[in-house]
Amino acid sequence: MDNFKTDRRNFLKTTGQLLIGFNLFPLTFCGIKEEGYAISPYEGIPERPHLGRNLIDSWIRLDTDGHVTILTGKQELGQGIRTALMQIAAEELDVNMDICHIINGDTGQTANEGYTAGSNSVEGSGKAIREAAAEAREFLVGKAASEWDVEAKDLRIENGVIYGPQDRKTSYWELLDGNFYEAKVTGNAKFKDPKEHQIVGKAIPREDIKNMVQGAAHFVHDLRLANMVHARVLHPPSYSSKIIKTDIASVNAMPGVLKTIQDGNFLAVIAKREYQAVKAWQKLKELTEWEIESIKILPEQLFDDMKKSSKATELVEDSPGIIQKIRQSPIKLKSTYYKPYHMHGSTGPSCALAQWNSSELTVWSPTQGVYPLQITLADLFGMDTKNIRCIGMPGSGCYGHNGADDVSAEAALIAKAYPEVPIRLQWMRDDEHMWEPYGSAMQIELEAGMDQGGLVLAWDTQIWSDTHSTRPRGDAGHYISARHLEKPFEFKKGNFSGGAYRNATPLYNISSKRLRLSNYDGPLRTSALRGLGAYGNIFALESFMDELAILAEVDPIEFRKNNLDDPRAIAVLEKLIKETDYHNRIQKSNTGYGVAFAKYKNSAAYFAVLAEVEVDKENKSFHLQKLTGVIDAGQCINPDGLINQTEGGMIQSASWTLLEEVKYDKNGVLSKDWNSYPILRTKKTPEVAVHIINRPEEKPLGAGEAAQGPVAAAIANAVFDGTRSRIRDLPLKEEKVEWS
Amino acid sequence: MAINLKVNGVAQSVDVDPEEPLLYVLREEFGLNGVKFGCGLQQCGTCFILADGEATPTCVRTCESFEHMDILTIEGLANDDRLHPLQETFFEEQAAQCGYCLNGMLIAGLALLKKNSKPTEDEIRTALDKVICRCGTHTRFIRAVKKASENNSKF
Repeated sequence: MDNFKTDRRNFLKTTGQLLIGFNLFPLTFCGIKEEGYAISPYEGIPERPHLGRNLIDSWIRLDTDGHVTILTGKQELGQGIRTALMQIAAEELDVNMDICHIINGDTGQTANEGYTAGSNSVEGSGKAIREAAAEAREFLVGKAASEWDVEAKDLRIENGVIYGPQDRKTSYWELLDGNFYEAKVTGNAKFKDPKEHQIVGKAIPREDIKNMVQGAAHFVHDLRLANMVHARVLHPPSYSSKIIKTDIASVNAMPGVLKTIQDGNFLAVIAKREYQAVKAWQKLKELTEWEIESIKILPEQLFDDMKKSSKATELVEDSPGIIQKIRQSPIKLKSTYYKPYHMHGSTGPSCALAQWNSSELTVWSPTQGVYPLQITLADLFGMDTKNIRCIGMPGSGCYGHNGADDVSAEAALIAKAYPEVPIRLQWMRDDEHMWEPYGSAMQIELEAGMDQGGLVLAWDTQIWSDTHSTRPRGDAGHYISARHLEKPFEFKKGNFSGGAYRNATPLYNISSKRLRLSNYDGPLRTSALRGLGAYGNIFALESFMDELAILAEVDPIEFRKNNLDDPRAIAVLEKLIKETDYHNRIQKSNTGYGVAFAKYKNSAAYFAVLAEVEVDKENKSFHLQKLTGVIDAGQCINPDGLINQTEGGMIQSASWTLLEEVKYDKNGVLSKDWNSYPILRTKKTPEVAVHIINRPEEKPLGAGEAAQGPVAAAIANAVFDGTRSRIRDLPLKEEKVEWS
Repeated sequence: MAINLKVNGVAQSVDVDPEEPLLYVLREEFGLNGVKFGCGLQQCGTCFILADGEATPTCVRTCESFEHMDILTIEGLANDDRLHPLQETFFEEQAAQCGYCLNGMLIAGLALLKKNSKPTEDEIRTALDKVICRCGTHTRFIRAVKKASENNSKF
């Protein structure tokens, strides 16, 4: 018990110091070691604001005690990015991992690397850190060489200690002596030969897991600042509801309640203890009456309405005469696929802390982008970004744009009405389920022509979809509660992003391809969910490939290989054949096999997967037994990290594919909790296996979203193989099978 | 009102609303982080503790109702610097992505192993089924529990 108290005090002390002065940017809290946040104050080099991407100091810093601090603008989302980025830095710098720290996105000190999204972190931040680390090493070795008047090539480095001729010895830390490098990343520093890699490519364990299993503070949810108070927001029962009446006075009279806030249709309570805030929130809910504006387009009308009311069709890729070409092909096929709204469904409802001091705002946030948060908060409060500091902290896994940004803005709104103390706001379960922006419903129509030998000649795609990104990028109207204020911010959906047609263009070697997108303004709030449109598009594309393979009477893996040119694509399929002993698989009457492949975004990781589904015709049921995946993400930084991410993607996608669909009616969203929105739990989880093709000579490719689409199609294809019934509308429910 | 709770072997009296669910008391009065708010509806297991050896949600049940029970949280598992065998295998298997559900998975696994140190895979899956994981780390949790049961006979 004493231990907990001590840790707690330490945590309060170290985190509390942040509040000493907004402009001091003390390092104590931010000098986070991988061991967690409950650390003693870290006496490193002074913290300073980010001064540009081209400085070594913007990415790699040395203190006087023999530590290396790595700075990244990217966030830890559970994908293990902290460990991967430290590996990259430690490798190029020639230091051991255990002396490395990492600081994630913080507008007070890290680079603006936008959002941690699109599987870009290793490709983007990893590259910048690698260049800076190589440059730092060259700078330090060069400094030692010139001090000793020897050639840099004659020096040996071991864990940051430099050894020279005649037993000369110094270290990075001695050379820099607590100063900044004040040197540029020229881009000319030589990288290590991958053959010499000692740290990159190794399954280095995530140390943060050791802390988490012991209940160490880790999440923004665990942050306890001095004098902190608790808040809850009462969201309306549906999107466009207005308050008819409420009773602030009764809520204010409750024990522990410090303030009830009403600003237009935005309602929130602040209380001393968390549970007092929850009780006040419940009371406020009972005492508030709303006028509900009905949702016009109901689920049964959704896909028809998409076709009827979509705005002008965008021609993304054209191939003149394609219809003619399809018509003239010996084999023709046309199919339509459907994907419902899906939820991010974070396990922990979103949470953020905020504090106003006179004209300055600090927000501790699980956002995927601290800089986009900062500029959007600036818009919300009509203030200068320099008076806002956003500090990124781990949240519950988000898998895209969940409630993290909304809760951060709401915490800031509440803190403004109750200044000088830190406000901790956590959403309730139904806030997260009902108010997060969902992955859009989609409709995908595919038509193709093929020759007798099974070579695809022409491929025509039409997509109907709502936007796949409404992430805040400076317009406060992207925060739901900003729309509910007395002076509401207008939500402008703006340009529909390319996310809707992500991976819609087949990677297959097809000479005529057309791609059309119809942008649809649908009934539910939508934004980025892991993979964006790639999930629905690959489900359609790879289901359709299966249908074509069956028409051509060619094995589905061979069919894909025949239509591919890219040797790395062919290689993942061949490895899948080998690892699953595909050609010798036992043909049981009760087992269906399905394969699918994609190169994520047509530019990132290659992934092929085999699904095995056990079918019980008598009971009209099936069970996903096993998923085997092969991934080529170029140079692999951490094989276990890559496997963990890929396994996770596969299981999550299996859950979306088999079970999930956001339910709603005219009065609003009905999927309010885990009973009304069930997801995959351990009993029904398939066995998963992931095999890596490591290519140390290639650049590392984003991998976190590679599995989402292919897994959906592989399961649908396996269900077909086992039942001879093709399901084209997700989720793949047993009742949709035509049992014969 | 004074509520007497025995948490991780130490008895302590705290002055709180007896109606307050134990979750909030453990986080605010005891400074614990393992138990987490997940749903407030006893659906997800994020707030699990071992109460007299049973995996028990704490987000609804009042703190008062836990008086006279042995409350064990994941903070109480390690022995000095030595991790509990199940913590050890969770780390070895790197059984976490975001880690928000880790507490529930550990407690659910431990409750099973305390009753049945050699469970079958089906029994492990059933025990962990009460806990919601969104990252898709399920198979690693199953492996970690299995490995701990293979290495130890008493929990």
